Amino acid sequence: MSELKFVYVTYIATTPERLWQALTDGAFTRQYWFGTTVESDWSPGSRVTFRSGGEVHDSGEVLDCVPCRRLSYSWQVEFHEVFRREKPSRVTFELEPIGSAEVKLTVTHDEFEPGSKVHAAVSNGWPMILSSLKSLLETGHASTLTGPDKQRGARERAIALAAGTAA
Amino acid sequence: MSEPKFVPNTVYVTYIASTPEKVWEALTRAEFTRQYFFGHSIEVEPKAGGSFILRAPDGSVHMRGRVVEYDPPRRLATTWSVEGMEAFRELPASLVTYDIEPMGGSVKLTMTEAHQWEVPDAILAGGRQGWPFILSSLKSVLETGKPIAVSVKMGPPPEMMAAVKDAVAKKPWARSSTGL
Repeated sequence: MSELKFVYVTYIATTPERLWQALTDGAFTRQYWFGTTVESDWSPGSRVTFRSGGEVHDSGEVLDCVPCRRLSYSWQVEFHEVFRREKPSRVTFELEPIGSAEVKLTVTHDEFEPGSKVHAAVSNGWPMILSSLKSLLETGHASTLTGPDKQRGARERAIALAAGTAA
Repeated sequence: MSEPKFVPNTVYVTYIASTPEKVWEALTRAEFTRQYFFGHSIEVEPKAGGSFILRAPDGSVHMRGRVVEYDPPRRLATTWSVEGMEAFRELPASLVTYDIEPMGGSVKLTMTEAHQWEVPDAILAGGRQGWPFILSSLKSVLETGKPIAVSVKMGPPPEMMAAVKDAVAKKPWARSSTGL
């Protein structure tokens, strides 16, 4: 059986510095990530929290951080029991400049448990979040699909997908 | 003999701040594809069974195929056979499907590449490298009016060329069509 893994590549007309800020600064993540504010000092071993509406819904630990090039953290989904009982998975962002103002972003989400329900949920969520991130950096506007008002819908969809994979 | 079945191997999803009609236009009209598809021009006959051509910037035919489904502005499915690169000509056609779904003021675009034989990863790597660039650039064209300007050349990876040569020599699809 092959290991579960999610890989998504997107090309963004921006600089590695701006993209890095968009990935690590909560004021940015809130705009394109269903209202999620990410917080960390980004030193290896430090805690990462994902907060929306004041509560922590996911958390993790910084595994690797090379500013403007590479960021990796563990990821524990905490907002629902169906995900909370799985061990943490791992998210890695790789930023590669391909021109004077274009960056290739590769997001790899792996180290899932066999039959992971988190895998099913994030495979649906990442394309929305990363499409919205690209829009924000290129046009100044994140997608309306991933705004803070869609937070509840996103969680409900994740739970529904997890239930679907149980069948 | 039963028709060989296409099995999806590569799927890419992107969300675009646009309308299904505009996304359809960007996928089916040459003045758009030239901007985001490595300069290639699409020529598609607007009906199932019609012809499909993807022309290289120098005017030569790069891909040739047949329209399997033509349902504006929801779904376009076409077979793809590489004509522009000698080594690829004997490979069986693949099936490329674009699904366009309106979603809360945006559009969800899903590209699915399917094959009739067990394609090695080294060959799939070509599409897996190209599609994210092509569809990222399409999204930029629709949202900003400008494609992703690249300075790097994006040709088939070297391992892909070797795998294509090997596949053409062994023709595993001839074996799989006997029911294996």
